[in-house]
Amino acid sequence: MFLKAMKVFGSNFVAFAVISSCHIWRSVLKKAHMKARIIVMPKKTVLDPQGKTVKNALESMGFCSIKDVRVGKFIEVELTGDNKAELKKKIDKACHDLLSNPVIEEYSFEIK
Amino acid sequence: MKFGIIQFPGSNCDQDCYHVLADVFCQPVRYIWHKDKTLGDVDCVIVPGGFSYGDYLRAGAIARFSPAMKAIAAHAKAGGLVIGICNGFQILCEAHLLPGALIRNRGLKFICDHVYVRVETIDSPFTNACRRGQVLRIPIAHGEGSYFAEPEVIESLEREDRILVRYCDKNGNVTDAVNPNGSLENIAGICNEGRNVFGLMPHPERASEELLGSEDGRFIFESILRGAAVYQ
Repeated sequence: MFLKAMKVFGSNFVAFAVISSCHIWRSVLKKAHMKARIIVMPKKTVLDPQGKTVKNALESMGFCSIKDVRVGKFIEVELTGDNKAELKKKIDKACHDLLSNPVIEEYSFEIK
Repeated sequence: MKFGIIQFPGSNCDQDCYHVLADVFCQPVRYIWHKDKTLGDVDCVIVPGGFSYGDYLRAGAIARFSPAMKAIAAHAKAGGLVIGICNGFQILCEAHLLPGALIRNRGLKFICDHVYVRVETIDSPFTNACRRGQVLRIPIAHGEGSYFAEPEVIESLEREDRILVRYCDKNGNVTDAVNPNGSLENIAGICNEGRNVFGLMPHPERASEELLGSEDGRFIFESILRGAAVYQ
């Protein structure tokens, strides 16, 4: 049947169809993992000398129009599982208990 | 008095503490490995200085989850003595055994220097061998030693006389100019509500022998040895 298709449609087209269907099957079989993208920032009430220093450095580079700079952390967590609501709860707890210190930091995250 | 010194991966002041307690004060002392779930028979736990877990994420953030910290929390709850020095102070704050947090020095530089601290209260097992207002010359060595807490927490520390030592000049004047790291209210060390858990950024174990330039750190250890009977 394959040879017949080759004869009818030409070898290039058939090769394209075979390779395309392989890609489609691979992406269906391969489970896409969700990622939590977490931002941890110092609270507004906490002195951020790093942010101030970066602001000064930017200004010395000639970059005007800067009101303020604050420096935080970005943490990416690749997740297994697909229950988004459940993962959201777990990430929130991880952020509260370990990834941030609620005394001095605030966090936000999204899961995609 | 039996001392236990906890060791985390990255702790580096444990041996100095051991030497001071064993050789200078001739007290029974042993190490506690961070994975140990029990402390054994100890009266006073020392959480030493260093860079536990490389200060990854935040100083003390990971060490606080070690099995031994659960045992230390139970020991503290039962009234046992705990002293956290430098990284130890950071760990005790992360573990919520003390309020507040230690953040990056406001000048962003790691400071390794002798400083003066003033004893604010002698009503504790860690300062009862001092005089109120006594000035101690003790070294600091830290990059994240600036004490921060919300205003209501600072107020409660002041009201309850739980600030044990503050940065000052050699005459005991507490001023911003002599604040090495930007700590609120020049706070160098505080205790908990039960007054049995003490955290301080300076290193008393580095100031307990004349050879190292100051013996003022001895007052902290002598207080622990003398005052335990009153508070236990």
